[in-house]
Amino acid sequence: MIVANPKPISEILDMIKDLKKILILGCKGCVTVCNVGGAKEVGILASTLKIARIKGGNPVDITERTLERQCDPEYIAQVKDIVHDFDGVISMACGVGPQFLSEAYPKQRFFPAVDTTFFGGAVQHGIWAERCAGCGTCIIHYFDGMCPIARCSKSLMNGPCGGSAGGKCEISKDVDCIWDMIVRKKMEQGRLDDLVRFKPSKDWRTARDGGPRRSIREELVI
Amino acid sequence: MRLSYPSNIKIIQVPCTGRVDIIHLLKAIEDGADGVYVAGCLEGECHYLTGNLKARKRVNHVKKILMDLGIEPERVEMYNLSAGEGPRFAEIAREMYERIKGLGPSPVKMKNAA
Amino acid sequence: MSDLRSGSNLEKVLKAGHFAFTGECGPPKGANLEHLKEKFMPLKDIVDAVNITDNQTAVVRMSSWAASTILIQNGLEPNFQMVCRDRNRLAIQSDILGVYAMGVRNMLCLSGDHQSFGNHPQAKNVYDIDSMQLIALVKKMRDEGKFMNDEEIDGPPRLFIGAASNPFADPFEFRVYRLAMKIAAGADFIQTQCIYNMKKFREFMKMAVDMGLHEKCHILAGVTPMKSVGMAQYMAKSVPGMDVPEALIQRLRDAGKGKVAEEGIKFAIEQIEEFKEMEGVAGVHLMAIEWEHRVPEIAERAGMLPRPKI
Repeated sequence: MIVANPKPISEILDMIKDLKKILILGCKGCVTVCNVGGAKEVGILASTLKIARIKGGNPVDITERTLERQCDPEYIAQVKDIVHDFDGVISMACGVGPQFLSEAYPKQRFFPAVDTTFFGGAVQHGIWAERCAGCGTCIIHYFDGMCPIARCSKSLMNGPCGGSAGGKCEISKDVDCIWDMIVRKKMEQGRLDDLVRFKPSKDWRTARDGGPRRSIREELVI
Repeated sequence: MRLSYPSNIKIIQVPCTGRVDIIHLLKAIEDGADGVYVAGCLEGECHYLTGNLKARKRVNHVKKILMDLGIEPERVEMYNLSAGEGPRFAEIAREMYERIKGLGPSPVKMKNAA
Repeated sequence: MSDLRSGSNLEKVLKAGHFAFTGECGPPKGANLEHLKEKFMPLKDIVDAVNITDNQTAVVRMSSWAASTILIQNGLEPNFQMVCRDRNRLAIQSDILGVYAMGVRNMLCLSGDHQSFGNHPQAKNVYDIDSMQLIALVKKMRDEGKFMNDEEIDGPPRLFIGAASNPFADPFEFRVYRLAMKIAAGADFIQTQCIYNMKKFREFMKMAVDMGLHEKCHILAGVTPMKSVGMAQYMAKSVPGMDVPEALIQRLRDAGKGKVAEEGIKFAIEQIEEFKEMEGVAGVHLMAIEWEHRVPEIAERAGMLPRPKI
């Protein structure tokens, strides 16, 4: 899923400081699963903002809605009748949400409530970790299902570097060295030969480096 | 036992403090409560194993939100006691009452009234 | 001597079978030429080549290529270091052409410390290619006369290709294989991480010799004299991939006040003496961090002088 973190409340308060009537739009997709932008978090943000604005003597009128997804025009269209009734709209979806909304409703102002971080999963309840860098050319089969592009701090394809110590990355003891994990798995499976083969440099055109990306599936386009 | 505790405390019963969520605590503050506390079972003795531990985490989160908003985090608290401790229940109620009295009315309530 | 790949002094010394001796100089945090000279002039005629670090520990300093050319102007041979952290393949290749045109003949290919260590942790990290791919790239530019994209180079850079090896990083069992990969990718010489755990290094060298790596590549053992007990403790605790045995720290402590630095130098000299005899070790890379002025003395006492003139 796409993982995100809540923005600091002070930052959101600053974004909406001149607005009196606000719509907060949650998303039932990834951000609901990672507990940052679903219906529940919409309620918490609404209450928090109201408390802050009452305290500041500048109360705010807030309406709460949560869409099926915010990365699909079909669901974005569901707010067309109400979206212009507000001074501004806070989207709690990933970075896609406020942009799809902005494109659909060019006259309205949209504000992000979350900082979108990475593609990953929940390693335990409340803890998420990055697994994919979306580079556009998957190579994890060379590394027994572990991605050095996303998970090595230096994206080394021929690791591990000299900073690997005790299974941890040189940047922090809280970061696992993915290369240590790759090497150990290969050794356990007796397939070190795979690893000593030189991996040539990557063609980054399929990644963000090639410019903004589009994905066109002809069999679906009408 | 007919123990007395301050009359301005409103009790909301839940089957387990694990049912208490962040939004419930925030709503109480938003609606003008001067303080709100959760009285859960003793840690390690939750019938649902971790209900009271979850409640404590949520209380702490609400404290953090209040701090971010410049409101005294002490207005929200978590207590643990067993169902058989009537006197302790009354004692906690008085303790919280005294604490809130010391803090004065909630800044949210004051502005709301004005 | 027609089989020389670069014609650098370091290459000649190694190919003639001499026990090589390289030094290191970190450019200053500024454009202070006098400060740079103060650091490298003590190394003149004392070492075969001087490594010029490239924003080491991710701290911004005078560029390694510029400092390298200043060494050449002053009659020293640089070993130009390049890290993959700060440049993409365009900048890497153009810098390689640039340094070669300016007279650089040795180049050490490194991944580089992650920028989170340094003084600009907010930086975007590049890592377009890794150190292994950098080695292969320099070899391709030299031996095939082609850029990474297979276009012809008008005047290919003929560089003596160096790479680093850390025998003490984890997983230890894989380290010698990674060394073999770097050699297969095109490394002509290897400089190791600072060695303090001699037992582990002997073990590592034995594996390397058993694999015949020393016959394909010149391996220089890394030495950094300890200046203080604090430095030893810091390296032991806070530098990832560094192995400083407690016995060495104790030895420095036992030296007593005012004598620790001398004990550190003594240990370094003992190491050099052992490396001279160790099978597969072709030389020593002395990284006297902020202690460049002590290098002549260490070289003298370790019997590394005079350096061969070829």
